Amino acid sequence: MSDHHPTGITRWLYTTNHKDIGSMYLWFSFIMFLIGGAMAMVIRAELYQPGLQFVQPEFFNQMTTMHGLIMVFGAVMPSMVGLANWLIPMMIGAPDMALPRMNNWSFWILPFAFTLLLSSFLMEGGAPNFGWTFYAPLSTTYGPPSTDFFILGVHMMGISSIMGAINVIVTVFNMRAPGMTLMKMPLFVWTWLITAFLLIMVMPVLAGTVTMMLTDRHFGTSFFDAAGGGDPVMFQHIFWFFGHPEVYIMILPAFGVVSEIIPAFSRKKLFGYSSMVYATASIALLSFIVWAHHMFAVGMPVAGELFFMIATMLIAVPTGVKVFNWVATMWQGSLTFETPMLFSIAFVILFTIGGFSGVMLAMAPVDFQYHDTYFVVAHFHYVLFPGAIFGTTAAVYYWLPKWTGKMYNETSGKIHFWLSMIFVNLTFFPMHFSGLAGMPRRIPDYNMMFADFNMWASIGAFGLGLTQVYFLVTIIMAIRGGKKADEKQWDGATGLEWDALPSPAPYHTFSTPPKVD
Amino acid sequence: MSTETEEKYESYYVPEQSPWPIVGAVALFFIAYGGANFIQQSTDTVDTGDASWGGLVFMAALAVMIYMVFRWWGDVIKESMDGLYSAQMDRSFKQGMLWFISSEVMFFAAFFGALLYVRQFVIPWLGGEGNNMMTHAIIWPEFAPQWPLTTTPDGTTTTGMGAWGLPAINTAILLTSSWTLTIAHHALKANNRQALLNYTSLTALLGIIFLALQVMEYHHAYTEMGLTLGSGIYGSTFFMLTGFHGFHVTLGTIFLIVLSIRCAKGHFTEKHHFAYEAGAWYWHFVDVVWLFLFIFVYLM
Amino acid sequence: MAIRRKLIAGIASSLSIMLSGAVQAVAEMNMRPGVTETSIEAYELHMLVVWVMVAISFVVFGAMFYSFIFHRKSKHPTPATFSHSTKMEIIWTTIPVLILIYLTIPAVSLLIKMEDASDPEMSIQITGSQWKWHYKYMDQDIEFFSNLATPREQFEDFNADGQTKGENYLLEVDNEMVIPINTKVRFLVTAEDVIHSWWVPEIAVKKDAIPGFINETWTNIPTPGTYRGQCTELCGKDHGFMPIVVKAVSKENFAKWVASKDAERLAAEEAAAVAVAASWDLDKLMALGKTAYDAKCAMCHQVDGSGVAGAFPALKGSVIATGPVAAHMTMVVDGSTGGMQAFGKQLSDAELAAVITYERNAWGNNTGDTVTPADIQAFKAGN
Ligand code: HEA
Ligand code: HEA
Ligand code: HEC
Ligand code: CUA
Ligand SMILES: [Cu+2]
Repeated sequence: MSDHHPTGITRWLYTTNHKDIGSMYLWFSFIMFLIGGAMAMVIRAELYQPGLQFVQPEFFNQMTTMHGLIMVFGAVMPSMVGLANWLIPMMIGAPDMALPRMNNWSFWILPFAFTLLLSSFLMEGGAPNFGWTFYAPLSTTYGPPSTDFFILGVHMMGISSIMGAINVIVTVFNMRAPGMTLMKMPLFVWTWLITAFLLIMVMPVLAGTVTMMLTDRHFGTSFFDAAGGGDPVMFQHIFWFFGHPEVYIMILPAFGVVSEIIPAFSRKKLFGYSSMVYATASIALLSFIVWAHHMFAVGMPVAGELFFMIATMLIAVPTGVKVFNWVATMWQGSLTFETPMLFSIAFVILFTIGGFSGVMLAMAPVDFQYHDTYFVVAHFHYVLFPGAIFGTTAAVYYWLPKWTGKMYNETSGKIHFWLSMIFVNLTFFPMHFSGLAGMPRRIPDYNMMFADFNMWASIGAFGLGLTQVYFLVTIIMAIRGGKKADEKQWDGATGLEWDALPSPAPYHTFSTPPKVD
Repeated sequence: MSTETEEKYESYYVPEQSPWPIVGAVALFFIAYGGANFIQQSTDTVDTGDASWGGLVFMAALAVMIYMVFRWWGDVIKESMDGLYSAQMDRSFKQGMLWFISSEVMFFAAFFGALLYVRQFVIPWLGGEGNNMMTHAIIWPEFAPQWPLTTTPDGTTTTGMGAWGLPAINTAILLTSSWTLTIAHHALKANNRQALLNYTSLTALLGIIFLALQVMEYHHAYTEMGLTLGSGIYGSTFFMLTGFHGFHVTLGTIFLIVLSIRCAKGHFTEKHHFAYEAGAWYWHFVDVVWLFLFIFVYLM
Repeated sequence: MAIRRKLIAGIASSLSIMLSGAVQAVAEMNMRPGVTETSIEAYELHMLVVWVMVAISFVVFGAMFYSFIFHRKSKHPTPATFSHSTKMEIIWTTIPVLILIYLTIPAVSLLIKMEDASDPEMSIQITGSQWKWHYKYMDQDIEFFSNLATPREQFEDFNADGQTKGENYLLEVDNEMVIPINTKVRFLVTAEDVIHSWWVPEIAVKKDAIPGFINETWTNIPTPGTYRGQCTELCGKDHGFMPIVVKAVSKENFAKWVASKDAERLAAEEAAAVAVAASWDLDKLMALGKTAYDAKCAMCHQVDGSGVAGAFPALKGSVIATGPVAAHMTMVVDGSTGGMQAFGKQLSDAELAAVITYERNAWGNNTGDTVTPADIQAFKAGN
């Protein structure tokens, strides 16, 4: 097959090329990240000091809700799919994704879904305002008219994710180069394979949840209404059956990314490859039986609370195995600290801190004190920002030379890293304290005793926001005028994408399969 | 020359650019946009003012979507007939179909989960069991837990749907259709074109009969039994589960009709018939869901 | 020598000041131990986990930093080649399991204790609604609403800088929940409209208020005092303005309080009778109506009756507020399933009459109708 590029706008609209689609996913995700981040800036500006300064409570709730939704569904998930598109075919020696046209469809649904979601700001009653968890009945009987557009938007995102997941699974099962056995696959491919299973299992359940919401709102059903024999808490059970695996959907591919990067800059093979694979699978399996740890306060029977508490704590074990294996990979390696490595190391440390607060939250009797306070907000931003986002950032720095054939400026990268590192902690660490001191989440105004922590968090947040704009500049400069990258930019890198392909990788990856032994 | 593998890859076919995905995405967008507006307006639950464009937009977008599906799949069929697809491509399609069906299974699982949760927990709790003595004593003192829930906590009444009338007949029909489809599939493998065509069309016909009977059942429920979507959680779970199943039967039937037409055109070969297999799997999936429905919704 | 001693003393004293400052800061940063047996145990469990996590951090991050320093390329140019050790994998699977078991044991017993609301000495039904709490003492004949008491001017308009915020800004209510000390009090928590959550950190009670269900929880406070909390489940616009205040008093004072509440109720009943008998004219109704409206209705329908588009209908020119009086009374007294609360019990008959009259005549709704307390009484009797 010849290496011809289609050109013009239809190159992007009609494409069946995994690289083009991967790039579109990544850019889309970054735009969403900026929009969701801008909303976080509004939140932090309002919370900078006590009193209402900028926005009314209704609008504040819309900001919180849309920030959560956009970050989760618009920024993190698409960024991971973007990485999958770029990397999986190159890593397993495939010519493209298995179902290229469907791949394009998965992507193009997303911008429309988010247009739908964002357009709700213009509707009467404003955007959804019931939190990204949209608990009934606040989102059913009491939801604003835009709720229905939100519901159908979620359906669209779900369709997109499911098709994306199918594509990954089929590609991995059916498109590997000869000799690329499952247990030879790079860990990134493994983590994505498992993530794809999670997606197929839970996205349809989310679709079911919002469908029940829709019929409760308009067609007289009583799923979430006790008067008709339903139960508002049932909403939470179904939602979190999706919601908890969802958080691993956001983190597992990032685990995969650091599992590629740490060995490269340690110049040493990944320690405990097979136990990494089994640990990832265990995390995924356990993630299906822990959902009610978000619901300790709803009044479940004690037996249920005990079960979910213990099951949740167990997840620390396989996750610990992963952390220890990363540490052992670095142990007695020959380490250098280029930007991707810095982000990966920060990932391991800060994600672990977020994991620790997760274990604290898992202890039901103390969770009564933490639940729905800023302590939870601190927890999930630690696993999400220095977790999922740092993971993606590390990946972008690491593979950018392969994707574009250009190197970023190492100094800029390091500045971006250190500013991110400082501000991320300045933003989110004080939230542990305001939470412990008793500040509930999702409130636009608070008592003076929480003022100091909030001020610090807001200052950190503004810094963090600007830092991400700097990231954008760094990347654009690299693409526009970066130095030419080597075929194997990192001397410790391994894998087909580095060993068997030039930089930039050709438009059509492997027209004939590489040999893997 | 390690022929097997190399051959497999050399004939790999990355489809050229295609306009259908983006058309589909646009159509989906307007289906959602118009659909939301249409639902709000037609159910009169949200004041949409005089915005009455929803229905039109929805229908137009749906038409575009259907057109898109025909053109997209038309391309696929053409490529397949042109022999562009290798065995590997066939496997990709097959696996894709299997995982798609798995996701459908999970969609139904959400509703089955709701049904089981309500029956196992919610209804007894509203009746005062577990740690909910006070729920019953203070909020719903009159409520008597039972299933089917013929009287809801707020006093709406309805009637339970029995299992041995139409539902049992429908079970028999679907089981038969599974069997006829299997015969057709074997006929395909044996290259018995006439039997293939007959049995495939027969299966589609059984699907249509099933749907007709279900319409009768719904009519009976709404007009004579006072069983509606609005009759509490029993009606909610009943209609949502059977309704979504019915919707899937509809899709499956259309699928079968298309397959019948393609059989008549002589599209499939003994070895090369992914679309046929996909349709068959889908039909069997719909069938299995029905068995669960029959047990959990009607029988128990 | 002397200088040196002085210096040391100076450093020592400034250090100790810093340290005590830090300790104090730490106290403000940390979870409050609270006052009940369960809250203290929860605090202790929290501290235990914190220290366990700190210890694990030292080991894990310690190993990492050791690598960063001693295994960097400049110091350690040739990497080792090992990449697997079943022994190590077993060790670092087993140790976390043991740590978790160690943490689970106290957690299980505390959880079981916290969830055991049996054998209460008294019960209070707590009902959340947008955006206030209602307390009903099941064993005394007392019930009342508890609203935010911080004046809305302190936060509502953006240039409220001139307004000084009190120490309990946003954490003060008009009617506190009063309970006796050394008494096992059971809370029956539920909600009218959406889910709320009743949380008072210092007694470690947080329970979701679910509409249609009643959750049980309990406390037993040993020391008198005022304990403040907030609603902790997003419940709409004013979720942040739904505080909780629990005042624990000695048993004698509790008895006195109950007596005073009884007297209050009698007085209110008398006042209601007087109000029905009294003569009401439009001006009088409008004046009382405006006060009641601004206090109870304006948070949704806005002071100028313009409502919030998409959420709360405008009353200015609304069909109900200018149409038949009966429908208007039904809406206000009994509420609606569309989100309007029933105010029949929250307001006195006089206030109900006044507020309805106000709505029918303010903002250009010049219907000229007056509704009197007697009309309300008749309406309620007819219900
Ligand atoms: C990427 C996302 C992500 C990840 C990976 C996690 C990981 C974990 N989370 Fe988190 N969580 C969220 C995202 C995430 N979470 C979000 C978004 C919410 C809030 C949702 C909302 O309400 O809006 C939330 C909320 C949340 C709650 C509910 C809190 C509440 O509302 O009251 C709980 C409770 O159990 C919890 C627990 C955990 C646990 C135990 C883990 C574990 O997986 C962590 C495991 C990791 C480690 C433990 C560290 C490494 C291990 C070692 C070094 C081994 C040694 C350690 C020990 C022996 C302890 N999370
Ligand atoms: C991956 C997910 C993710 C990420 C990356 C973030 C990033 C950030 N989050 Fe968010 N957050 C969530 C997921 C995430 N969050 C979720 C799920 C919730 C719960 C929602 C709910 O309660 O329902 C939440 C809630 C939440 C709250 C609690 C709100 C409340 O309870 O009321 C706060 C408060 O401080 C907050 C802050 C921040 C900040 C300061 C950032 C910063 O890191 C953001 C950094 C900033 C940028 C990246 C933007 C840079 C752009 C500009 C400076 C402007 C230029 C842009 C344009 C012109 C468009 N987040
Ligand atoms: C928690 C928010 C809230 C508060 C407080 C509130 N209302 Fe309402 N009100 C609503 C909602 C929501 C509706 C719409 C109800 C519906 O459409 O079924 C409504 C509707 C009404 C209507 C009917 C308007 C129309 O044209 O449909 C009247 C009259 C009214 N309220 C009066 C009052 C009065 C009087 C008070 C105070 C004593 C009050 N409301 C306090 C939320 C509130
Ligand atoms: Cu009530 Cu939040
Ligand atoms: Cu979780």
